Amino acid sequence: MVSGLINANPVVYEKKERRQRPASISDADEYSAEAIDQLEVDIKDPEHPYSLEELKVISEDAIEVDDRRSYVRVTFTPTVEHCSMATVIGLCLRVKLMRSLPSRYKVDIRVAPGTHATEAAVNKQLNDKERIAAALENPNLVDMVDECLAPSYA
Amino acid sequence: MDFNDEGSHFELKEIQTLSGHTDRVWSLAWNPATGTDDTQPVIASCSGDKTVRIWERSALTRSWDCKAVLEETHTRTVRSCTWSPSGKLLATASFDATTAIWENVGGDFQCVSTLEGHENEVKSVSWNASESLLATCSRDKTVWIWEVMPGNEFECASVLQGHTQDVKMVKWHPTMDILFSCSYDNTIKVWAEDDTGDWHCIQTIGESSNGHSSTVWAISFNAEGDKMVTCSDDLTLKVWEADIEGMRSGDDQVLWKHISTLTGYHDRTIFSVHWSREGIIASGAADDAIRFFVESKDSAVDGPSYRLLLKKEKAHDMDVNVVQWSPGENRVLASASDDGTIKIWELATNST
Repeated sequence: MVSGLINANPVVYEKKERRQRPASISDADEYSAEAIDQLEVDIKDPEHPYSLEELKVISEDAIEVDDRRSYVRVTFTPTVEHCSMATVIGLCLRVKLMRSLPSRYKVDIRVAPGTHATEAAVNKQLNDKERIAAALENPNLVDMVDECLAPSYA
Repeated sequence: MDFNDEGSHFELKEIQTLSGHTDRVWSLAWNPATGTDDTQPVIASCSGDKTVRIWERSALTRSWDCKAVLEETHTRTVRSCTWSPSGKLLATASFDATTAIWENVGGDFQCVSTLEGHENEVKSVSWNASESLLATCSRDKTVWIWEVMPGNEFECASVLQGHTQDVKMVKWHPTMDILFSCSYDNTIKVWAEDDTGDWHCIQTIGESSNGHSSTVWAISFNAEGDKMVTCSDDLTLKVWEADIEGMRSGDDQVLWKHISTLTGYHDRTIFSVHWSREGIIASGAADDAIRFFVESKDSAVDGPSYRLLLKKEKAHDMDVNVVQWSPGENRVLASASDDGTIKIWELATNST
Protein backbone atom coordinates (compact mmCIF):
# COMPACT_ATOMS: atom_id res chain seq x y z
CA MET A 1 0.00 0.00 0.00
CA VAL A 2 1.37 3.42 -0.90
CA SER A 3 1.65 5.77 2.08
CA GLY A 4 0.61 8.94 0.26
CA LEU A 5 -2.55 9.38 -1.76
CA ILE A 6 -2.21 8.82 -5.50
CA ASN A 7 -4.34 11.84 -6.22
CA ALA A 8 -4.41 14.21 -3.26
CA ASN A 9 -6.39 16.97 -4.95
CA PRO A 10 -9.07 15.49 -7.16
CA VAL A 11 -11.33 17.64 -9.28
CA VAL A 12 -14.86 17.23 -7.95
CA TYR A 13 -17.75 17.57 -10.37
CA GLU A 14 -21.40 18.25 -9.67
CA LYS A 15 -23.62 15.22 -9.27
CA LYS A 16 -26.16 14.73 -12.02
CA GLU A 17 -29.84 15.13 -11.09
CA ARG A 18 -31.19 11.67 -10.48
CA ARG A 19 -34.69 10.34 -10.71
CA GLN A 20 -35.99 8.07 -7.92
CA ARG A 21 -34.15 4.77 -7.68
CA PRO A 22 -36.54 1.85 -8.36
CA ALA A 23 -37.48 -0.16 -5.28
CA SER A 24 -35.52 -3.21 -6.24
CA ILE A 25 -33.06 -3.33 -9.12
CA SER A 26 -32.84 -7.09 -9.02
CA ASP A 27 -36.57 -7.43 -9.65
CA ALA A 28 -36.38 -5.49 -12.86
CA ASP A 29 -36.85 -7.66 -15.92
CA GLU A 30 -34.93 -5.35 -18.11
CA TYR A 31 -31.82 -3.39 -17.51
CA SER A 32 -30.77 -0.15 -19.10
CA ALA A 33 -27.71 2.01 -18.86
CA GLU A 34 -29.56 4.37 -16.46
CA ALA A 35 -30.51 1.50 -14.16
CA ILE A 36 -26.98 0.23 -14.01
CA ASP A 37 -25.61 3.70 -13.61
CA GLN A 38 -27.79 4.19 -10.55
CA LEU A 39 -26.00 1.24 -9.06
CA GLU A 40 -22.65 2.84 -9.78
CA VAL A 41 -23.22 6.38 -8.52
CA ASP A 42 -22.61 5.68 -4.90
CA ILE A 43 -19.38 3.72 -5.21
CA LYS A 44 -16.82 5.61 -3.18
CA ASP A 45 -13.40 6.35 -4.53
CA PRO A 46 -10.84 4.33 -2.53
CA GLU A 47 -8.93 7.46 -1.58
CA HIS A 48 -11.55 10.18 -1.04
CA PRO A 49 -15.03 10.57 0.41
CA TYR A 50 -16.47 11.34 -3.01
CA SER A 51 -18.31 8.98 -5.27
CA LEU A 52 -16.81 7.75 -8.51
CA GLU A 53 -19.45 9.75 -10.33
CA GLU A 54 -18.47 12.99 -8.61
CA LEU A 55 -14.88 12.40 -9.64
CA LYS A 56 -16.02 11.67 -13.21
CA VAL A 57 -14.41 8.25 -13.01
CA ILE A 58 -17.61 6.70 -14.25
CA SER A 59 -20.57 8.24 -16.07
CA GLU A 60 -23.76 6.98 -17.65
CA ASP A 61 -22.31 7.29 -21.14
CA ALA A 62 -19.59 4.85 -20.28
CA ILE A 63 -21.97 2.02 -19.54
CA GLU A 64 -23.11 -0.07 -22.49
CA VAL A 65 -25.95 -2.47 -21.82
CA ASP A 66 -27.52 -5.06 -24.04
CA ASP A 67 -30.16 -6.65 -21.88
CA ARG A 68 -31.33 -9.01 -24.59
CA ARG A 69 -27.84 -10.45 -24.83
CA SER A 70 -27.25 -10.12 -21.08
CA TYR A 71 -24.15 -8.06 -21.64
CA VAL A 72 -22.66 -5.02 -19.94
CA ARG A 73 -19.49 -3.16 -20.68
CA VAL A 74 -18.29 -0.50 -18.29
CA THR A 75 -15.55 1.93 -19.27
CA PHE A 76 -14.07 3.98 -16.47
CA THR A 77 -11.57 6.82 -16.37
CA PRO A 78 -9.03 6.85 -13.57
CA THR A 79 -8.40 10.38 -12.34
CA VAL A 80 -4.65 10.09 -12.80
CA GLU A 81 -2.86 8.34 -15.67
CA HIS A 82 -0.60 6.28 -13.42
CA CYS A 83 -3.31 5.51 -10.93
CA SER A 84 -2.44 2.27 -9.17
CA MET A 85 -5.94 2.30 -7.71
CA ALA A 86 -7.27 1.53 -11.19
CA THR A 87 -7.39 -2.19 -10.53
CA VAL A 88 -9.15 -1.62 -7.18
CA ILE A 89 -11.71 0.65 -8.82
CA GLY A 90 -12.25 -1.89 -11.56
CA LEU A 91 -12.63 -4.61 -8.94
CA CYS A 92 -15.24 -2.54 -7.06
CA LEU A 93 -17.20 -2.03 -10.27
CA ARG A 94 -17.08 -5.73 -10.99
CA VAL A 95 -18.16 -6.74 -7.47
CA LYS A 96 -20.99 -4.19 -7.44
CA LEU A 97 -22.31 -5.49 -10.75
CA MET A 98 -21.87 -9.11 -9.66
CA ARG A 99 -23.94 -8.49 -6.54
CA SER A 100 -26.63 -6.53 -8.34
CA LEU A 101 -27.16 -8.17 -11.71
CA PRO A 102 -28.68 -11.58 -12.49
CA SER A 103 -26.09 -14.32 -12.99
CA ARG A 104 -26.87 -14.54 -16.71
CA TYR A 105 -25.00 -11.27 -17.27
CA LYS A 106 -21.56 -11.12 -18.88
CA VAL A 107 -19.57 -8.13 -17.72
CA ASP A 108 -16.51 -6.53 -19.32
CA ILE A 109 -14.71 -3.75 -17.48
CA ARG A 110 -12.04 -1.58 -19.04
CA VAL A 111 -10.27 1.71 -18.55
CA ALA A 112 -11.15 4.37 -21.10
CA PRO A 113 -8.67 4.10 -23.97
CA GLY A 114 -5.80 6.52 -23.57
CA THR A 115 -6.39 7.28 -19.90
CA HIS A 116 -3.97 4.95 -18.22
CA ALA A 117 -0.28 4.22 -18.63
CA THR A 118 -0.65 0.44 -18.45
CA GLU A 119 -4.15 0.21 -19.93
CA ALA A 120 -3.72 -3.23 -21.54
CA ALA A 121 -2.26 -4.74 -18.38
CA VAL A 122 -5.05 -3.34 -16.17
CA ASN A 123 -7.76 -4.47 -18.59
CA LYS A 124 -6.31 -7.96 -18.80
CA GLN A 125 -6.28 -8.34 -15.01
CA LEU A 126 -9.79 -6.96 -14.61
CA ASN A 127 -11.20 -9.44 -17.11
CA ASP A 128 -9.35 -12.57 -15.97
CA LYS A 129 -12.04 -14.41 -14.02
CA GLU A 130 -9.60 -16.63 -12.19
CA ARG A 131 -7.46 -13.69 -11.01
CA ILE A 132 -10.58 -11.82 -9.86
CA ALA A 133 -11.78 -14.91 -7.94
CA ALA A 134 -8.41 -15.29 -6.22
CA ALA A 135 -8.28 -11.57 -5.40
CA LEU A 136 -11.72 -11.75 -3.82
CA GLU A 137 -10.45 -14.46 -1.47
CA ASN A 138 -8.00 -11.96 -0.04
CA PRO A 139 -9.68 -10.54 3.10
CA ASN A 140 -7.83 -7.21 2.97
CA LEU A 141 -8.91 -6.60 -0.60
CA VAL A 142 -12.49 -7.62 0.17
CA ASP A 143 -12.58 -5.19 3.11
CA MET A 144 -11.40 -2.38 0.86
CA VAL A 145 -13.99 -3.22 -1.77
CA ASP A 146 -16.78 -3.46 0.83
CA GLU A 147 -15.73 -0.08 2.23
CA CYS A 148 -16.04 1.48 -1.24
CA LEU A 149 -19.40 -0.15 -1.84
CA ALA A 150 -20.86 0.47 1.64
CA PRO A 151 -23.02 3.58 1.05
CA SER A 152 -24.85 1.86 -1.82
CA TYR A 153 -26.71 -0.37 0.60
CA ALA A 154 -27.88 2.46 2.91
CA MET B 1 -18.40 -43.30 -38.04
CA ASP B 2 -17.52 -40.68 -40.54
CA PHE B 3 -18.11 -37.17 -39.19
CA ASN B 4 -18.27 -35.88 -42.69
CA ASP B 5 -21.12 -38.15 -43.69
CA GLU B 6 -23.72 -35.80 -45.15
CA GLY B 7 -26.57 -37.70 -43.59
CA SER B 8 -25.31 -37.41 -40.03
CA HIS B 9 -26.99 -34.97 -37.73
CA PHE B 10 -25.41 -34.53 -34.32
CA GLU B 11 -27.02 -33.44 -31.10
CA LEU B 12 -25.76 -33.14 -27.53
CA LYS B 13 -28.15 -34.94 -25.21
CA GLU B 14 -28.18 -34.07 -21.55
CA ILE B 15 -27.99 -37.24 -19.46
CA GLN B 16 -27.92 -35.78 -15.98
CA THR B 17 -27.12 -32.64 -13.96
CA LEU B 18 -25.02 -33.15 -10.83
CA SER B 19 -25.74 -30.57 -8.14
CA GLY B 20 -24.19 -30.20 -4.74
CA HIS B 21 -21.33 -27.76 -4.89
CA THR B 22 -22.22 -24.41 -3.31
CA ASP B 23 -19.96 -22.30 -5.50
CA ARG B 24 -18.66 -22.43 -9.07
CA VAL B 25 -17.18 -25.73 -10.24
CA TRP B 26 -13.77 -25.05 -11.73
CA SER B 27 -12.74 -28.48 -12.94
CA LEU B 28 -13.47 -32.18 -13.01
CA ALA B 29 -11.73 -35.44 -13.87
CA TRP B 30 -12.98 -38.87 -14.86
CA ASN B 31 -11.24 -41.66 -12.96
CA PRO B 32 -9.35 -43.45 -15.77
CA ALA B 33 -9.59 -46.87 -14.12
CA THR B 34 -13.37 -46.79 -14.01
CA GLY B 35 -16.24 -46.75 -16.44
CA THR B 36 -15.13 -49.77 -18.42
CA ASP B 37 -16.39 -53.35 -18.24
CA ASP B 38 -17.80 -53.91 -14.77
CA THR B 39 -16.63 -50.78 -12.95
CA GLN B 40 -18.96 -47.85 -12.69
CA PRO B 41 -17.72 -44.45 -13.88
CA VAL B 42 -16.38 -42.08 -11.24
CA ILE B 43 -15.81 -38.32 -11.50
CA ALA B 44 -13.99 -35.97 -9.14
CA SER B 45 -14.98 -32.28 -9.23
CA CYS B 46 -13.52 -29.26 -7.45
CA SER B 47 -14.99 -25.93 -6.54
CA GLY B 48 -14.82 -22.41 -5.18
CA ASP B 49 -16.58 -23.88 -2.14
CA LYS B 50 -13.16 -25.31 -1.13
CA THR B 51 -14.29 -28.91 -1.51
CA VAL B 52 -13.78 -31.78 -3.89
CA ARG B 53 -16.73 -34.06 -4.62
CA ILE B 54 -16.57 -37.66 -5.80
CA TRP B 55 -19.47 -38.80 -7.96
CA GLU B 56 -20.26 -42.33 -9.06
CA ARG B 57 -22.89 -43.71 -11.37
CA SER B 58 -25.00 -46.44 -9.79
CA ALA B 59 -24.88 -49.79 -11.58
CA LEU B 60 -28.50 -50.36 -10.70
CA THR B 61 -30.19 -47.04 -11.44
CA ARG B 62 -27.59 -45.67 -13.92
CA SER B 63 -27.97 -42.45 -12.00
CA TRP B 64 -25.05 -40.44 -10.64
CA ASP B 65 -24.76 -39.86 -6.90
CA CYS B 66 -22.30 -37.94 -4.79
CA LYS B 67 -20.24 -40.52 -2.93
CA ALA B 68 -17.97 -38.27 -0.95
CA VAL B 69 -17.21 -34.65 -0.14
CA LEU B 70 -13.54 -33.98 0.54
CA GLU B 71 -13.57 -30.99 2.82
CA GLU B 72 -11.63 -29.36 5.63
CA THR B 73 -8.34 -29.73 3.87
CA HIS B 74 -8.01 -26.92 1.40
CA THR B 75 -8.63 -23.50 2.92
CA ARG B 76 -9.39 -21.76 -0.35
CA THR B 77 -10.81 -22.51 -3.81
CA VAL B 78 -9.80 -25.90 -5.21
CA ARG B 79 -8.92 -25.04 -8.79
CA SER B 80 -8.08 -28.33 -10.40
CA CYS B 81 -8.14 -32.06 -9.75
CA THR B 82 -6.68 -35.02 -11.56
CA TRP B 83 -6.48 -38.77 -10.99
CA SER B 84 -3.25 -40.71 -11.33
CA PRO B 85 -3.23 -42.97 -14.42
CA SER B 86 -3.94 -46.05 -12.26
CA GLY B 87 -6.88 -44.25 -10.68
CA LYS B 88 -5.56 -44.91 -7.18
CA LEU B 89 -4.62 -41.36 -6.25
CA LEU B 90 -6.27 -37.97 -6.73
CA ALA B 91 -4.27 -34.75 -6.78
CA THR B 92 -6.02 -31.46 -6.03
CA ALA B 93 -4.54 -28.00 -6.61
CA SER B 94 -5.74 -25.03 -4.58
CA PHE B 95 -5.57 -21.25 -4.29
CA ASP B 96 -4.28 -21.94 -0.76
CA ALA B 97 -0.90 -22.60 -2.44
CA THR B 98 -0.89 -26.32 -1.71
CA THR B 99 -1.51 -29.48 -3.71
CA ALA B 100 -3.15 -32.34 -1.82
CA ILE B 101 -2.83 -36.03 -2.66
CA TRP B 102 -5.78 -38.24 -1.75
CA GLU B 103 -6.08 -41.99 -1.56
CA ASN B 104 -9.24 -44.06 -1.50
CA VAL B 105 -8.84 -46.19 1.63
CA GLY B 106 -11.77 -48.57 1.74
CA GLY B 107 -14.27 -46.13 0.29
CA ASP B 108 -12.98 -43.28 2.40
CA PHE B 109 -10.83 -40.62 0.79
CA GLN B 110 -7.89 -39.57 2.94
CA CYS B 111 -5.38 -36.84 2.33
CA VAL B 112 -2.09 -38.74 2.38
CA SER B 113 0.23 -35.92 1.42
CA THR B 114 0.34 -32.13 1.04
CA LEU B 115 2.77 -30.53 -1.39
CA GLU B 116 3.92 -27.09 -0.36
CA GLY B 117 6.30 -24.70 -1.98
CA HIS B 118 4.44 -22.46 -4.38
CA GLU B 119 4.27 -18.86 -3.23
CA ASN B 120 0.65 -18.36 -4.12
CA GLU B 121 -2.33 -19.95 -5.89
CA VAL B 122 -1.69 -23.34 -7.50
CA LYS B 123 -3.66 -23.49 -10.75
CA SER B 124 -3.13 -26.96 -12.18
CA VAL B 125 -1.63 -30.39 -11.52
CA SER B 126 -0.76 -33.25 -13.89
CA TRP B 127 0.58 -36.82 -13.55
CA ASN B 128 2.90 -38.29 -16.18
CA ALA B 129 1.90 -41.55 -17.90
CA SER B 130 4.03 -43.81 -15.73
CA GLU B 131 2.87 -42.12 -12.53
CA SER B 132 6.48 -41.41 -11.52
CA LEU B 133 6.19 -37.63 -11.78
CA LEU B 134 3.73 -34.91 -10.86
CA ALA B 135 3.79 -31.33 -12.15
CA THR B 136 2.13 -28.26 -10.62
CA CYS B 137 2.00 -24.62 -11.69
CA SER B 138 1.07 -21.36 -10.05
CA ARG B 139 0.48 -17.61 -10.25
CA ASP B 140 4.02 -17.40 -8.89
CA LYS B 141 5.09 -18.02 -12.54
CA THR B 142 6.81 -21.32 -11.81
CA VAL B 143 6.22 -24.93 -12.72
CA TRP B 144 7.32 -27.54 -10.16
CA ILE B 145 8.14 -31.15 -10.96
CA TRP B 146 7.76 -33.63 -8.12
CA GLU B 147 9.07 -37.19 -7.98
CA VAL B 148 6.68 -39.77 -6.63
CA MET B 149 8.48 -41.83 -3.99
CA PRO B 150 7.33 -44.96 -2.18
CA GLY B 151 4.90 -44.51 0.67
CA ASN B 152 3.14 -41.53 -0.93
CA GLU B 153 6.15 -39.30 -0.46
CA PHE B 154 6.77 -36.54 -2.95
CA GLU B 155 10.09 -34.84 -3.51
CA CYS B 156 10.56 -31.67 -5.48
CA ALA B 157 12.80 -32.52 -8.43
CA SER B 158 12.84 -29.14 -10.13
CA VAL B 159 11.45 -25.61 -10.03
CA LEU B 160 11.08 -24.40 -13.59
CA GLN B 161 11.30 -20.69 -14.22
CA GLY B 162 10.70 -19.07 -17.54
CA HIS B 163 7.11 -17.94 -17.76
CA THR B 164 6.81 -14.22 -17.11
CA GLN B 165 3.31 -14.44 -15.70
CA ASP B 166 0.73 -16.65 -13.99
CA VAL B 167 0.90 -20.25 -15.30
CA LYS B 168 -2.61 -21.52 -15.96
CA MET B 169 -2.16 -25.20 -16.79
CA VAL B 170 0.42 -27.98 -16.92
CA LYS B 171 -0.02 -31.17 -18.91
CA TRP B 172 2.31 -34.10 -19.47
CA HIS B 173 2.52 -35.57 -22.95
CA PRO B 174 0.32 -38.74 -23.04
CA THR B 175 3.22 -41.12 -23.67
CA MET B 176 6.52 -39.30 -23.12
CA ASP B 177 8.02 -37.48 -20.17
CA ILE B 178 7.75 -34.10 -21.83
CA LEU B 179 5.86 -31.39 -19.94
CA PHE B 180 3.75 -28.59 -21.40
CA SER B 181 2.63 -25.42 -19.66
CA CYS B 182 0.51 -22.49 -20.78
CA SER B 183 0.25 -19.05 -19.29
CA TYR B 184 -1.21 -15.55 -18.81
CA ASP B 185 1.99 -14.48 -20.65
CA ASN B 186 0.34 -15.82 -23.84
CA THR B 187 2.90 -18.57 -24.41
CA ILE B 188 3.09 -22.34 -24.28
CA LYS B 189 6.33 -23.82 -23.03
CA VAL B 190 7.70 -27.31 -23.58
CA TRP B 191 9.99 -28.78 -20.90
CA ALA B 192 12.22 -31.86 -21.08
CA GLU B 193 14.94 -33.51 -19.04
CA ASP B 194 18.48 -33.72 -20.38
CA ASP B 195 21.02 -36.49 -19.84
CA THR B 196 22.22 -35.00 -16.58
CA GLY B 197 18.68 -35.03 -15.16
CA ASP B 198 18.11 -31.29 -15.45
CA TRP B 199 14.81 -30.00 -16.69
CA HIS B 200 14.80 -27.06 -19.07
CA CYS B 201 12.57 -25.34 -21.56
CA ILE B 202 13.13 -26.77 -25.04
CA GLN B 203 10.56 -24.62 -26.81
CA THR B 204 8.49 -21.49 -26.20
CA ILE B 205 5.52 -21.04 -28.50
CA GLY B 206 4.73 -17.35 -28.62
CA GLU B 207 2.98 -14.94 -30.93
CA SER B 208 5.87 -14.95 -33.39
CA SER B 209 5.41 -18.70 -33.94
CA ASN B 210 1.74 -18.20 -34.83
CA GLY B 211 0.91 -18.48 -31.14
CA HIS B 212 -1.87 -16.94 -29.10
CA SER B 213 -2.26 -13.22 -28.50
CA SER B 214 -3.73 -13.50 -25.02
CA THR B 215 -3.83 -15.86 -22.01
CA VAL B 216 -3.66 -19.53 -22.98
CA TRP B 217 -6.01 -21.42 -20.68
CA ALA B 218 -5.67 -25.10 -21.63
CA ILE B 219 -3.84 -27.76 -23.64
CA SER B 220 -5.04 -31.14 -24.85
CA PHE B 221 -3.38 -33.89 -26.87
CA ASN B 222 -4.88 -36.20 -29.46
CA ALA B 223 -4.78 -39.95 -28.82
CA GLU B 224 -1.62 -40.50 -30.88
CA GLY B 225 0.23 -37.71 -29.08
CA ASP B 226 1.46 -36.09 -32.27
CA LYS B 227 -0.96 -33.17 -32.16
CA MET B 228 -2.16 -30.81 -29.48
CA VAL B 229 -4.88 -28.18 -29.31
CA THR B 230 -4.75 -25.05 -27.13
CA CYS B 231 -7.46 -22.56 -26.23
CA SER B 232 -7.19 -18.93 -25.29
CA ASP B 233 -8.67 -15.63 -24.16
CA ASP B 234 -7.85 -14.48 -27.72
CA LEU B 235 -11.00 -16.42 -28.77
CA THR B 236 -9.20 -19.01 -30.88
CA LEU B 237 -8.26 -22.66 -30.72
CA LYS B 238 -4.90 -23.52 -32.20
CA VAL B 239 -3.75 -26.94 -33.36
CA TRP B 240 -0.07 -27.89 -33.26
CA GLU B 241 1.86 -30.86 -34.59
CA ALA B 242 5.22 -32.45 -33.92
CA ASP B 243 7.29 -35.27 -35.32
CA ILE B 244 6.48 -38.06 -32.87
CA GLU B 245 9.24 -40.41 -34.02
CA GLY B 246 11.77 -37.66 -33.52
CA MET B 247 10.45 -37.07 -30.01
CA ARG B 248 10.65 -40.78 -29.20
CA SER B 249 14.26 -40.96 -30.19
CA GLY B 250 14.92 -38.23 -27.66
CA ASP B 251 15.62 -35.53 -30.18
CA ASP B 252 15.48 -32.25 -28.27
CA GLN B 253 15.35 -30.28 -31.47
CA VAL B 254 11.87 -31.54 -32.37
CA LEU B 255 9.60 -28.53 -32.47
CA TRP B 256 5.86 -28.15 -32.31
CA LYS B 257 4.54 -26.36 -35.37
CA HIS B 258 1.30 -24.51 -35.91
CA ILE B 259 -1.04 -26.28 -38.31
CA SER B 260 -4.40 -24.60 -37.80
CA THR B 261 -6.19 -21.74 -36.05
CA LEU B 262 -9.94 -22.02 -35.45
CA THR B 263 -11.13 -18.44 -35.43
CA GLY B 264 -14.56 -16.81 -35.56
CA TYR B 265 -16.33 -19.57 -33.63
CA HIS B 266 -16.06 -18.15 -30.11
CA ASP B 267 -16.86 -14.63 -28.92
CA ARG B 268 -15.81 -15.00 -25.30
CA THR B 269 -12.86 -16.57 -23.52
CA ILE B 270 -12.40 -20.31 -24.12
CA PHE B 271 -11.49 -21.90 -20.78
CA SER B 272 -11.23 -25.54 -21.69
CA VAL B 273 -10.52 -27.83 -24.60
CA HIS B 274 -10.34 -31.64 -24.74
CA TRP B 275 -9.51 -33.95 -27.63
CA SER B 276 -11.40 -37.26 -27.64
CA ARG B 277 -9.91 -40.65 -28.56
CA GLU B 278 -11.92 -40.50 -31.77
CA GLY B 279 -10.63 -37.11 -32.74
CA ILE B 280 -13.48 -34.81 -31.69
CA ILE B 281 -12.29 -31.58 -30.07
CA ALA B 282 -14.68 -30.22 -27.42
CA SER B 283 -14.42 -26.64 -26.12
CA GLY B 284 -16.02 -24.94 -23.12
CA ALA B 285 -16.32 -21.17 -23.11
CA ALA B 286 -17.46 -18.09 -21.19
CA ASP B 287 -20.56 -17.76 -23.38
CA ASP B 288 -22.08 -20.82 -21.64
CA ALA B 289 -21.68 -22.94 -24.77
CA ILE B 290 -19.92 -26.20 -25.64
CA ARG B 291 -18.64 -26.62 -29.19
CA PHE B 292 -17.33 -29.64 -31.09
CA PHE B 293 -14.81 -29.60 -33.93
CA VAL B 294 -13.52 -32.34 -36.21
CA GLU B 295 -10.92 -32.55 -38.91
CA SER B 296 -12.43 -31.55 -42.20
CA LYS B 297 -12.20 -33.92 -45.15
CA ASP B 298 -11.67 -30.85 -47.29
CA SER B 299 -8.17 -30.78 -45.87
CA ALA B 300 -6.03 -29.58 -48.71
CA VAL B 301 -2.43 -30.24 -49.57
CA ASP B 302 -1.21 -27.61 -47.10
CA GLY B 303 -2.41 -29.49 -44.05
CA PRO B 304 -5.53 -30.44 -42.12
CA SER B 305 -8.31 -28.01 -41.40
CA TYR B 306 -11.04 -28.29 -38.83
CA ARG B 307 -14.73 -27.53 -38.97
CA LEU B 308 -17.45 -26.96 -36.40
CA LEU B 309 -19.49 -30.13 -35.91
CA LEU B 310 -21.96 -28.78 -33.35
CA LYS B 311 -22.55 -25.81 -31.05
CA LYS B 312 -24.59 -26.37 -27.92
CA GLU B 313 -25.75 -22.95 -26.75
CA LYS B 314 -26.73 -22.47 -23.13
CA ALA B 315 -25.18 -25.82 -22.18
CA HIS B 316 -25.02 -24.23 -18.73
CA ASP B 317 -26.55 -21.07 -17.21
CA MET B 318 -23.11 -19.53 -16.77
CA ASP B 319 -19.53 -19.88 -18.02
CA VAL B 320 -18.38 -23.40 -18.88
CA ASN B 321 -15.07 -23.90 -17.07
CA VAL B 322 -14.20 -27.42 -18.12
CA VAL B 323 -15.13 -30.11 -20.67
CA GLN B 324 -13.79 -33.65 -20.38
CA TRP B 325 -14.53 -36.70 -22.49
CA SER B 326 -15.18 -39.97 -20.67
CA PRO B 327 -12.22 -42.36 -20.98
CA GLY B 328 -14.56 -45.34 -20.91
CA GLU B 329 -17.67 -44.71 -22.93
CA ASN B 330 -17.67 -43.34 -26.44
CA ARG B 331 -19.03 -39.85 -27.01
CA VAL B 332 -19.86 -39.19 -23.36
CA LEU B 333 -18.74 -35.82 -22.05
CA ALA B 334 -18.80 -34.10 -18.68
CA SER B 335 -18.82 -30.31 -18.25
CA ALA B 336 -18.78 -28.00 -15.23
CA SER B 337 -19.73 -24.38 -14.79
CA ASP B 338 -19.84 -21.20 -12.73
CA ASP B 339 -23.48 -22.15 -12.19
CA GLY B 340 -22.26 -24.75 -9.66
CA THR B 341 -23.33 -27.78 -11.64
CA ILE B 342 -21.72 -30.63 -13.55
CA LYS B 343 -23.53 -32.04 -16.54
CA ILE B 344 -23.11 -35.42 -18.21
CA TRP B 345 -23.81 -35.43 -21.94
CA GLU B 346 -23.93 -37.83 -24.84
CA LEU B 347 -23.01 -36.71 -28.33
CA ALA B 348 -25.55 -38.64 -30.33
CA THR B 349 -26.25 -38.94 -34.01
CA ASN B 350 -29.49 -39.13 -35.91
CA SER B 351 -28.59 -40.40 -39.34
CA THR B 352 -31.22 -39.30 -41.81
